[in-house]
Amino acid sequence: MLIAGATLAVAPHTLWLPFWADFAATALLIWRAIVSIRAGALPRRWLLILLTFSGAIGVFFSYRTIMGRDPGVTLLVLLLFLKLLETRARRDIFVVAFLVYFVALANFFYSQSIPIAGLMLLTVLVTTTALVGFSAPLRPVVDDLKTAGRMLAQAGPVMLLLFFLFPRVQGPLWGMPQDAYSGVTGLSETMSPGSIRDLSLSDAIAFRVKFESDSPPRALLYWRGPVLSDFDGLAWRVGLPQLRRNMSIEAAGSPVDYEVTLEPHNRNWMFALEMPARIPPSARLTSEYLVISLTPIRSRIRYEMRSFPQFQAASGGNPEDLAMALRLPRGVNPRSLALASEWRESLADNSAIVRRAIEFFRGSRFEYTLQPPALGRNSVDEFLFDTKQGFCEHFASSFVFLMRAAGVPARVVTGYQGGDTNPVDGYMVVRQADAHAWAEVWLAGSGWTRVDPTAAAVPVRVELGITAAAPAGATLPLLMRTNLNWLKGLRNNWEALTNQWNQWVLGYNPDRQREMLSWLGVPQPSWQTMTVMLFWSVAGVLLLTALWLLRGIRREDTVQRAWLRFCDKLAREGLARARAEGPLDYADRVARVLPARENAVRAIASLYVDQRYGPGPDARSIARLTHLVREFAP
Amino acid sequence: MKLDRVLQYSQAYNFFQWVFRKHAPEPGVVFLSQRRVYILPTRHGLTFGLAVILMLIGSINYNLSLGYVLTFLLAGLGIVSILHTFRNLAHLYVSAGRVAPVFAGDTAQFELVFENKSDFDRHSLDLACRGVRVSCDAPAHQHCSVALPVKAEKRGWLQLERVTVDTRFPLGLMRAWSYVQPDMRALVYPRPDLAPLPPEHSDADTGNAISAGAGTDDFAGLRPYHASDSPRHIAWKASARSEVLLTKLFAGRAASELWFDWDRLPAGMYAEARLSRLARWVMLAEERGLRYGLRLPGVEVPLGEGFAHRERCLKELALYRG
Repeated sequence: MLIAGATLAVAPHTLWLPFWADFAATALLIWRAIVSIRAGALPRRWLLILLTFSGAIGVFFSYRTIMGRDPGVTLLVLLLFLKLLETRARRDIFVVAFLVYFVALANFFYSQSIPIAGLMLLTVLVTTTALVGFSAPLRPVVDDLKTAGRMLAQAGPVMLLLFFLFPRVQGPLWGMPQDAYSGVTGLSETMSPGSIRDLSLSDAIAFRVKFESDSPPRALLYWRGPVLSDFDGLAWRVGLPQLRRNMSIEAAGSPVDYEVTLEPHNRNWMFALEMPARIPPSARLTSEYLVISLTPIRSRIRYEMRSFPQFQAASGGNPEDLAMALRLPRGVNPRSLALASEWRESLADNSAIVRRAIEFFRGSRFEYTLQPPALGRNSVDEFLFDTKQGFCEHFASSFVFLMRAAGVPARVVTGYQGGDTNPVDGYMVVRQADAHAWAEVWLAGSGWTRVDPTAAAVPVRVELGITAAAPAGATLPLLMRTNLNWLKGLRNNWEALTNQWNQWVLGYNPDRQREMLSWLGVPQPSWQTMTVMLFWSVAGVLLLTALWLLRGIRREDTVQRAWLRFCDKLAREGLARARAEGPLDYADRVARVLPARENAVRAIASLYVDQRYGPGPDARSIARLTHLVREFAP
Repeated sequence: MKLDRVLQYSQAYNFFQWVFRKHAPEPGVVFLSQRRVYILPTRHGLTFGLAVILMLIGSINYNLSLGYVLTFLLAGLGIVSILHTFRNLAHLYVSAGRVAPVFAGDTAQFELVFENKSDFDRHSLDLACRGVRVSCDAPAHQHCSVALPVKAEKRGWLQLERVTVDTRFPLGLMRAWSYVQPDMRALVYPRPDLAPLPPEHSDADTGNAISAGAGTDDFAGLRPYHASDSPRHIAWKASARSEVLLTKLFAGRAASELWFDWDRLPAGMYAEARLSRLARWVMLAEERGLRYGLRLPGVEVPLGEGFAHRERCLKELALYRG
């Protein structure tokens, strides 16, 4: 049983443990199973010590350290199985059970999804069953399982109360190991050819959005991410973002209020619809209208935003900003430079140049593809005039290059475009595949203005999403393709469930706790109030559980109780039963003293004697006895 | 006195009463009311608590929501196990069962009967007395009896000492226990030594009075079986023919009446040694189907034979007070 529990706890770990550790764990498990089945001897102690040391050395060679999270987990798993091979005494059983609990907890480092939660519940059930089995060795396992299940069910309410009321502290309590946040995907500070294309192959969720009212049309759903203004001819990089207090926009049209639940991506930026007007208190706005958090986002966060989809972004146009937005690498893309200077000379002002460029993109026959041909040193030239096959990053990059060459301050903005509303719960889901890049130009009078060359060249990308824009047969994620409707429905339901899970279980943080308590009528809960609430509610729940558990503990004998009540009634009249007096003798004596009650007294006594000492009890006689006793008045 | 009545609802008070007071055995059925059931975590329970705290710290540090869930679930499990362990012991009825007499140096088996009048089974009730542990289960609405072995060292009455009834069911994290001392005693006979039966005495008491039919050497005839006759003397073949059990009678010089007399033992013998010798003789005489009597200072057990007679003689030896 304990072996089964350990296996369940370790099962998910096999996905991220180093290969040799998987192998070693499996081998140890098989060894232990053989020992159990054949009732063979456990290995000797020196062998186990040797194995433990080799495990530690193995961990050291895999990770170059034995400190930290991943090495720790690997070591824990190995220790668990080694300990299983050393279960000699009662103490060892408990050690193994506690190790199983720890390993189960360690699973949550890697995934906190619903299936993992279910698996962990099963692990706890099995391990608890094993513990019950060890304290009552002769019971059938099924009974142990029932006891364990019942105990877990009773622990459930306590768990819920603790979960919701235990004063939450925002971690970490101390420095986190460096490897705690490896392997998160998302946009980065650079955009090199292919970087967004890689993202578009992932249908992982970037963030979810809940709009207060209707969502704006899809063509306006530009989720602003890092702004790239530094081009080296091949890749775009973020400039030096500065925190500015006086960033403002002039709104046109009505605002949109919404709440974003952002998945952790280990960077500072927080995505918002263009243009953010009111930002959460913990966030700041940069000179590039980018909302950033002061610490990297390493756990799922939720924040409320207000944006104006129609806006004029007049701030951020300082001379140094504009100079930055005009810088170009030297000596590359001569054909583009020529085209841009031709525009510069023939056209009157900047906005005419922008319009001309948009026409250029609309008129040339660009092809939207996820497999663009490789480009050389003059990447913009090759794309614009030769291959004409590309992806949003090519469009944005070449457009901004042309603008800068023509003397119009411009920059690349990355982020996400679009989003699908899940019909099940109404949340809009934005995936990594929705990653996008567009351009911004500075126009005197209207400020930073969004220009999406992709929309000009391939309008369907922005209107219908990447699925419609990509040519048939492109390697998009399976579920992004439209023709599997039932599968999509299934996914919608699952993702809605996951979202509820994220919102209420995984996202239950100090803020959410405060929210919930104020909803319960405790507006400003201090941790003291919470502790008091916690104490009393847990005590109440435990009292109920105790009453439920102890309900059958005193199976009172109704016959005896009725008889004692009868004796009590008589004793109050001074006719107490003598210690050694039998019921029938007592009845005789009482009947002599109370002749008027003789019938009742004798009936009660004989019923009592029949039911107490006679062969089988009889429900009707018992009912009659209790009735007689109740009615009896001396 | 009034304070005492209030205080008796306090477990701690009752506990100290138990510890510091010289307690008398309780006659009749002992009811383990909740006031005399104590509960504390075991060593494993404390380790479990420590593990839960570590898991909580880990969950806080890494912001693991499901870590909180797991931690709190385990915490709840630990708390609920208090109730379960308590329930497993409280409201049991303990009564004294039988205990057979033993010889000094042997082990007396004190039988204790647990009665479970509740609707649920009780598991793994451990009894401990003088370092001996035994375990039993009491299913719902049933009795269960368990023999508690206690080493009998001295002859006379062996009073059952205080017995600790405890249980760690279901998780082993908690230990509920209670003290009971049912009024139970075992009779401990003196330990027989290894001496042979005494030689024949030709004096007035045992003499040459060859009583017909009471010896062991020569077959003398048959008579109807009495309950006290040795089964080895039953004439099985003859009984089969006559349809009643018959006992073979023997005549012989050894078929004498033996008197085991305290005063006839060597003068230098200590009292306990004398008792051991006499016990040995009683055993041997009974084994051989002899008639024997016992004389102790102030006590005389007349001639007789059979199990009941032997028990009576041994009891006198066990309880002899010089």
